[in-house]
Amino acid sequence: MNADKWSPVILTLVTFIPLAGALLLLSLPRRDRDIRVFSLVVTLFTFVLSLHLPVHFHRARSGFQYEFDHSWIPTPNIHYHLGVDGISMWLVVLTTFLTPLCVLISWKSIQERVKEFFIILLVLETALIGVFVALDLFMFYFFWEATLIPMALLIGMYGHGRKVYAAVKFFMYTMIASVFMLAAILWLYAKVGTFDFVTIQNAIRSGQVADFTGAAQWLFLGFFIAFAVKVPLFPFHTWLPDAHVEAPTAGSVLLAGVLLKMGTYGMLRFNLGLFPDQSRANAWWVMILALIGIVYGALVALVQPNMKKLIAYSSISHLGFVVLGIFSFTQAGLDGATFVMLAHGVSTGALFMLAGILYERRHTYEISEFGGLASSMPVYASFFLFVVLASVGLPLLNGFIGEFLVLSGAFQARAVYGILGATGIIWSAGYLLWMYQRVFYGKITHPVNETLPDLATRERIALLPAAAAALVMGVAPLLWLNAIDPAVQTALAPFAQLASKVVGQ
Amino acid sequence: MNTAGVTQIIPQGIEYIRILPEILLSLSGMVIMVLDPLVDDRGTQKLLGLIALIGSVAAIAATLYQSQFPGLGFWGMVKVDAFSTFFHVLVTAIAAVVILSSFEYMQVQQIRAGEYYGLILFGTVGMCLMSSAVELVLIFIALEISSISTYVLAGFRRRAAISSEASLKYFLLGSFATAFFLYGVALMFGATGSTSISVIAQALRSGPVPVLAYVGIAFMFVGLGFKVAAAPFHIWTPDVYEGAPAPVVGFMSTAPKAAAFAVLLRVMFESNAPGRLWLVWVTAALSMTLGNVGALVQQNVKRLLAYSSIAHAGYLLVAFAALPNNGIPAAMFYTASYAAMNVGAFAVVSHLAGAGERYVSMDDYAGLGRRSPVLAATLTIFLLSLIGIPMTGGFFAKFYVFSAALQANLVGLTIIGVLNSAVGAYYYLRIIVVMYMREAREELPAIPVSPALGAAIGISIAATLYLGLLPGRVLEYASRSAAELLH
Repeated sequence: MNADKWSPVILTLVTFIPLAGALLLLSLPRRDRDIRVFSLVVTLFTFVLSLHLPVHFHRARSGFQYEFDHSWIPTPNIHYHLGVDGISMWLVVLTTFLTPLCVLISWKSIQERVKEFFIILLVLETALIGVFVALDLFMFYFFWEATLIPMALLIGMYGHGRKVYAAVKFFMYTMIASVFMLAAILWLYAKVGTFDFVTIQNAIRSGQVADFTGAAQWLFLGFFIAFAVKVPLFPFHTWLPDAHVEAPTAGSVLLAGVLLKMGTYGMLRFNLGLFPDQSRANAWWVMILALIGIVYGALVALVQPNMKKLIAYSSISHLGFVVLGIFSFTQAGLDGATFVMLAHGVSTGALFMLAGILYERRHTYEISEFGGLASSMPVYASFFLFVVLASVGLPLLNGFIGEFLVLSGAFQARAVYGILGATGIIWSAGYLLWMYQRVFYGKITHPVNETLPDLATRERIALLPAAAAALVMGVAPLLWLNAIDPAVQTALAPFAQLASKVVGQ
Repeated sequence: MNTAGVTQIIPQGIEYIRILPEILLSLSGMVIMVLDPLVDDRGTQKLLGLIALIGSVAAIAATLYQSQFPGLGFWGMVKVDAFSTFFHVLVTAIAAVVILSSFEYMQVQQIRAGEYYGLILFGTVGMCLMSSAVELVLIFIALEISSISTYVLAGFRRRAAISSEASLKYFLLGSFATAFFLYGVALMFGATGSTSISVIAQALRSGPVPVLAYVGIAFMFVGLGFKVAAAPFHIWTPDVYEGAPAPVVGFMSTAPKAAAFAVLLRVMFESNAPGRLWLVWVTAALSMTLGNVGALVQQNVKRLLAYSSIAHAGYLLVAFAALPNNGIPAAMFYTASYAAMNVGAFAVVSHLAGAGERYVSMDDYAGLGRRSPVLAATLTIFLLSLIGIPMTGGFFAKFYVFSAALQANLVGLTIIGVLNSAVGAYYYLRIIVVMYMREAREELPAIPVSPALGAAIGISIAATLYLGLLPGRVLEYASRSAAELLH
């Protein structure tokens, strides 16, 4: 009863509490320590609050939950419509989970313009959550664009090296791509007269949209380009390594952990949800691009001399798995894709935090600068190994489940996709373990590395939740999958009909 | 003409109410002109500014009062309707905010500012009349009133050669353009036998459209196209905007434009102008593209904003190609939100320019995020609105325009527009990048913002955000006035 009372407002609270925190921060005096503590409290509170979602989620029910729908602007008909299903719910929790860790990891590394940094971080959190909870296409676009500015500012103001170049490239790439999505959204609005996702979906399915057959392919592409750049799918990936390498650690964590998932989430929700026929028709080349991404990302990662760039390219490879799973249109594939999104968020987030910790000590990401660190930083080394193993897909850790499901889905769709995709797992073991070996084993080659301090308590506190989550997700994936499953079934319903139609003929 | 007696020829009391805002503005302008030689001390220049401010606020109040008495006046030459009220409020509000932002500027530049305020008010009179006139000759006179004031205003930095150049250029090309407009009026009169828009509309609707009417419309379009800085009549814009005083640019890039668009809306839609579509299509596509491409390479912030204003005229013209009942409200909304963000942006620019407008190049903005974080943040909001980022007025403005175009099945034009707005993002972003991510070459003095300028910027910010978060009421009002316009 009590939980039901909360359910219409909980999403609004989770979404906007970080923003409220940012506004409060504006009025706080510039005492850096207070600002950090305050941001940590706000993000932790948001996380705890967001746990309400999985705890009270009706797992057996399909469709959206915790819905709230209220008219915002009468003309055009824009609704403040929020709601989550099993897929977006976990992405929200992933966001709220990673942000406090970002605060912790930025505790010492951000020393200048501290107040601005945490304001930007909190605004970014609101925008990210908003993307996943918006059920009105307009609201979705609104939050989608709103993530751009804080992220670009994080990279441009707090990054290193060619930060301005990276920030502008990131902004322009995603901005230009999302313009096509805006055009598609506007077209749908012009024909259906609403931005409501569910209404548009029903209108398309019942064939009430005028001129739809002619435009559908273009609409599909309009949405797809925006998402493909965000994922990033090969060949739209070139902004990612730049953005990652120059971004501050917290920026990288959120970029890899959450921002990239906006793209795959969008494909799942909008491309599959609104244009099932076109998704099916275009699946072959999308899957080929995904496979190229898996293999290409892994191969490029293999030869990176820069640790952060290596992790960045590994993201391209991992996200390729997600796209592969989504466009296999199988239960296993979509379950797996969603699971990889979550698992990648946790383990790659942790990898970036670890790389950032090393950067704070040595101010370089060059792998050749290290070697033999296992003796000087044993705790750090064991954390790193744990996360690397999670990331390469060791059974009983989180990476395994998702990739296994994706590959079995891909096999069902077409065996050759599965086989090619499976090589990606081998590659990932290759580049990550090789990197690990070069950084941690052997003799210490640079004398500076002998006296590097091991993890501080704050850093351990930041890493421990991520490592624990990687383990729990690997041991008990059903905790996540039983909420994801009904959502995936709903998403796949039109595809089952399509298949039966084909069989019927 | 009526033969019922003198009483009907002399305007009734209520008809004066229908031009009450114009009367108030003219009166305050004249008071300023009379007082100007009497108050010599620079401190009392503020007094004249204050009178101008009071005059413009009184004009807004008069407009609201006047809106209770809709109808024609002065032998069917002026018409008070929701449409005219919208533009009256917009134009006088722009004038008020610009006057607020000029106090500090005039002091810093050490310009004797008395007649400056008078000219702004007289210009506003012209612009107000442009939005309520429903007769082509009156429209022409109003256009001239507004233009001549702005010609003089553009040259107000007398000691700077660049400002005189701006004024002269604007004057020469501008007179040429008004001549075009007048010629168009004459041809229209030849084609339909009247200069009253409603009579013209009837004539055009009832029979086959004479060729002269096409030519007339095209000529009027050329004249107004110049005023709104639409390509290919835009060549003057960068030079004039670069030379004119910064607050004046904020004024002339918004208020006369809004008024000219009001005239265009009336002429094009109310008279159901023939051959409208392709004319507008080409101009819109050209303006968007040339404006945005031109802005990409600018180093001077004022020139950059000049090209941006050409591009924005293009976006706005997209609405003219759309169907009237969606296009008119979209265009009206666009003028309002463009005014909010551009006046604000130029208020910030005028403050940063410093004495003699020395600091107007992109490099002078380096490190602004550190030097004066609040100003940088406000300029960022205006720039984001110009890009069309959600939560700002600029977003909904573009949004309404493009959705109106799509409802009219103008897919090609929409795609050109949408792509252009992505290109546009780049150069606005450049300013933001310079402000936050580059270090200043030299430590520039941070001049504190005066309360009046702060108020001007605050109003602009509030309007930009209001239009971005709660655009419903303004759009609803615009839709209602569009419906009235079309009956």
